[in-house]
Amino acid sequence: MLLEQEPGGTGTYLQYLIVGLGWTLATALAAWLIALAIGSMIGTLRTTNLTWLVRIGNLYVEIFRNIPLIVQMFLWFFVFPELLPKELGDAIKQMPPPWSSYIPAVLCLGIFTSVRVAEQVRAGINSLPRGQRMAGTAMGLTQAQTYRYVILPQAFRIILPPLTSEFMNVIKNSSVALTIGLLELTGRARAMQEFSFHVFEAFATATVIYLLTNLIVVLLMRALEKKVRVPGLIAAGGAPQAGH
Amino acid sequence: MDSGFDFDVIERSLGYLFREGMVFTLTLTGLAMAGGIIFGTLLAMMRLSAFKPLSMIAGAYVNLMRSIPLLLVIFWFFFLVPYIGAWVVGADQPIRVGAFWSAVITFTMFEAAYYCEIMRAGIQSIARGQVWSGYALGLNYWQTMGHVVLPQAFRNMTPVLLTQTIILFQDTSLVYVISATDFLGAASKVANRDYRLVEMYSFVAVVYFIISYSLSLLVKRLQDRIAVIR
Repeated sequence: MLLEQEPGGTGTYLQYLIVGLGWTLATALAAWLIALAIGSMIGTLRTTNLTWLVRIGNLYVEIFRNIPLIVQMFLWFFVFPELLPKELGDAIKQMPPPWSSYIPAVLCLGIFTSVRVAEQVRAGINSLPRGQRMAGTAMGLTQAQTYRYVILPQAFRIILPPLTSEFMNVIKNSSVALTIGLLELTGRARAMQEFSFHVFEAFATATVIYLLTNLIVVLLMRALEKKVRVPGLIAAGGAPQAGH
Repeated sequence: MDSGFDFDVIERSLGYLFREGMVFTLTLTGLAMAGGIIFGTLLAMMRLSAFKPLSMIAGAYVNLMRSIPLLLVIFWFFFLVPYIGAWVVGADQPIRVGAFWSAVITFTMFEAAYYCEIMRAGIQSIARGQVWSGYALGLNYWQTMGHVVLPQAFRNMTPVLLTQTIILFQDTSLVYVISATDFLGAASKVANRDYRLVEMYSFVAVVYFIISYSLSLLVKRLQDRIAVIR
């Protein structure tokens, strides 16, 4: 079944799904870069003593945490281009597919995930003993230098395990991009069962591909965790967290 | 598309949005929460069981559900539930199950995996002496669990269970993909009929935000109130 030709004429169904995995990973990785950059910044700002920056950080987190992902997807896809100046909005809408769905999907997922990264970064920074910050100040470092040389290098190594599960969440959440027309892995599995009526094979193959991807990510991250572990700390599992 | 934000379309469809859509969303959330917590607690007890096959089955189920996207799970169940239903009642044709019950079953089964992990942590946080004293009083396994361990585990885990339920509330909007008329589905039907996508989707976002944010504030307050003094 998987080796039959798909109606688009690009190869077998299996190849069709593998290309879907490619889009899933391309979306997830690009979104992850945005999430890491913004998330680290917001998470760090929220631990400083700059009151109004903390407030902006809190506002950002609350907004993007309390709106469902699919609704955010629609906001980026349907609403965002209308809010821009007319030429720019039209240019976005007229991008050829799949870019017209890929770019909103990446922005949406990146920002959605950045909130969760920010929460992890903040938790990591707050879990360090207060003495670390004081020691930095005592050495004559400025607040920025203390973060750069003392706090952040430790915090990031501590939060690597929860960041791993956030990365796997991006991979899974990228499936929501199918609602704005991006043919990633889940979207292609759905399309395949519509062309061929082999529902079971389509979804089973997609499930296996997701499981294998997860396995590879876990193995890679475990190797990385081992490499950067802070000597002398018990590798903590962390408190149970709600997730999806 | 006309220029300008049209509040009128929102006002005209308020009744439909809330009486049809929001009722669907809230009923689904409530049923899936109840079912998910019950099934999740049973899964957690299985995972902690000393009987290896039982804990392995539960572990495999939880890890499988947590490794694949919710959307794929929704598609799976939308396709499978009619066959499972037919098998349960012994019919030889797949039975017709509406989007609503398909969604209830999907979310119950999916969220159970997440509630299970929360309950497992809750049960594991109870001191072992509690179990021993239950047995010493002559209680059996179910009595010890039901009267000693689970009440304490629930109490410790209530804030996390509720936070997970807020996430569940948001995730129910994904039933859009099986064309169910939940809050988002209802809004999307109006949006496409009247070509008012900007208005409807912005309104949906605001409503979801207000509900989720208020609930999360309540959870925070509850957390401060019921924190066990140790």
